[in-house]
Amino acid sequence: MRITLKNITKSYKKVTAVEDISFEVKPGELFGLIGPDGAGKTTLFRILTTLLFADKGEATVAGYDVVKDYKKIRNSVGYMPGKFSLYQDLTVEENLEFFATIFGTTIEENYDLIKDIYVQIEPFKKRRAGKLSGGMKQKLALSCALIHKPKVLFLDEPTTGVDPVSRKEFWDMLKRLNDKGITTLVSTPYMDEAALCDRIALIQAGKILKIDSPSNIIEQHEKQIYNVEADDMYKLIQDLKEFPKNDSVFAFGEFVHYTHFNDEFSPEELKKYLEEKGHKKVFIEATSPGIEDIFMDLSRTKDIKPTDNEV
Amino acid sequence: MKSEETVINVEKLTKKFGNFTAVNEISFKTYKGEIFGFLGANGAGKTTAMKMLIGISKPTSGEASVTGFDVYSQPDRIKRNIGYMSQKFSMYDDLTIKENITFFGGIYGLDRKTIKIKISEIIESLGLEDVANKLVGLLPLGWKQKLAFSVALLHEPKIVFLDEPTGGVDPITRRQFWELIYKQAAQGTTIFVTTHYMDEAEYCDRVSIMVEGKIEALDTPKNLKKEYKTDSMDGVFLKLARNVE
Repeated sequence: MRITLKNITKSYKKVTAVEDISFEVKPGELFGLIGPDGAGKTTLFRILTTLLFADKGEATVAGYDVVKDYKKIRNSVGYMPGKFSLYQDLTVEENLEFFATIFGTTIEENYDLIKDIYVQIEPFKKRRAGKLSGGMKQKLALSCALIHKPKVLFLDEPTTGVDPVSRKEFWDMLKRLNDKGITTLVSTPYMDEAALCDRIALIQAGKILKIDSPSNIIEQHEKQIYNVEADDMYKLIQDLKEFPKNDSVFAFGEFVHYTHFNDEFSPEELKKYLEEKGHKKVFIEATSPGIEDIFMDLSRTKDIKPTDNEV
Repeated sequence: MKSEETVINVEKLTKKFGNFTAVNEISFKTYKGEIFGFLGANGAGKTTAMKMLIGISKPTSGEASVTGFDVYSQPDRIKRNIGYMSQKFSMYDDLTIKENITFFGGIYGLDRKTIKIKISEIIESLGLEDVANKLVGLLPLGWKQKLAFSVALLHEPKIVFLDEPTGGVDPITRRQFWELIYKQAAQGTTIFVTTHYMDEAEYCDRVSIMVEGKIEALDTPKNLKKEYKTDSMDGVFLKLARNVE
């Protein structure tokens, strides 16, 4: 069950939300759209789930055209929007029943598919959806999106605002679902989640920066990154930025990630420079890039400024 | 190097809702100029604790003072003396940048002259000259958040509370935002910040991690990593904050 997009463009008044986007999600793939707020992720989801017309371009989901065959698409996909969209004043069980009925099925018929997820909220099935915690809402929304056994699953920022432990659990669930053969398109602003996808598209300001498997993207990245550490982080960032041979300087957890303007980096030279600036305990080592490093590098070198295209 | 002067003093602070103890006898101090990370899983009690500290929720028991004011008897003075910004609400989208600054300056009781000075300071330091008369709603999220941070500091509070200030912000802007935080802390403002980005936990001077209403760990990122035998704050968090619902 494939998803295809060909030259999709969509503007709202003056802002171009997505521009000339083309990619394909292969049957059974777990495909991630990785990018910050305003990148255009939600616009793409809405076009693919037939809730919004593109200005230009074509798209298909499970072989159906998003414009001509919109009714068929609506029957065969599951969609979990970024904003919690269930009925707050129905209970957990009522919400699930409602969605099952709408799609002409029953909870029993497809229980197997949601079992793993639903058992975690089943103890609260008489509770109103509006009274659930964030993590439970997320599980209910996913159960509702799955109850008609969709061929394709769309998850728009399912883990935004969710703590790291719950995020990890959610991805484990997603992996298990994907193993059952459901083609999944998922978006996230958390770059560390990219590694869990089969393939990803890095997206910023309505444009795609890169599409490939996370490991290929990392392997193909040519710039060597160095971890730099010293006792005063803030001053270290300032001074590294003033080092004339720097290409980029970004705080990265306990280190600063530094790239050099050419291939002739000398750790001794940088160390000496920093020590002359008064830094103590200077430590420099080569390290390998992560998706976030590459995202920053691509958005910087392609000079794509972040925009806010929220609707 | 950090100051000994405390800005928050919390002793066995507790909040109960009926039978449910949302915050369970937490105790900690934050110091002048410190970047204090306040972490925890969803539902661990962070928001409830923070609401007590900013003077909008009365504790059930325990003691807490913020910038020298008591959370029970002086909540209004706390509100006037702290800065606050959250991801969810920061400024009015249908006011311009200048109008927002003027509005919040007024709320904080600044006089017109001071507001005028602040407007030009903020606009210059954030490089917003070209868009000063544009509606805030038209700004990219990252700019909006940087502006909101400056607005929260208009009245020069001793402490500013940042509730997930960088959620959804692109990675470059997220780092620029943290540079603003560093700069402000270096000038002596205490930063109390919550985040779900574990790399940001590394940028804090000290980090507390709440689990089921209690502070289970409180130390520098370095010591926490040592104690929990892991090389990242993500590892510390995963070991500590078993998700309980």
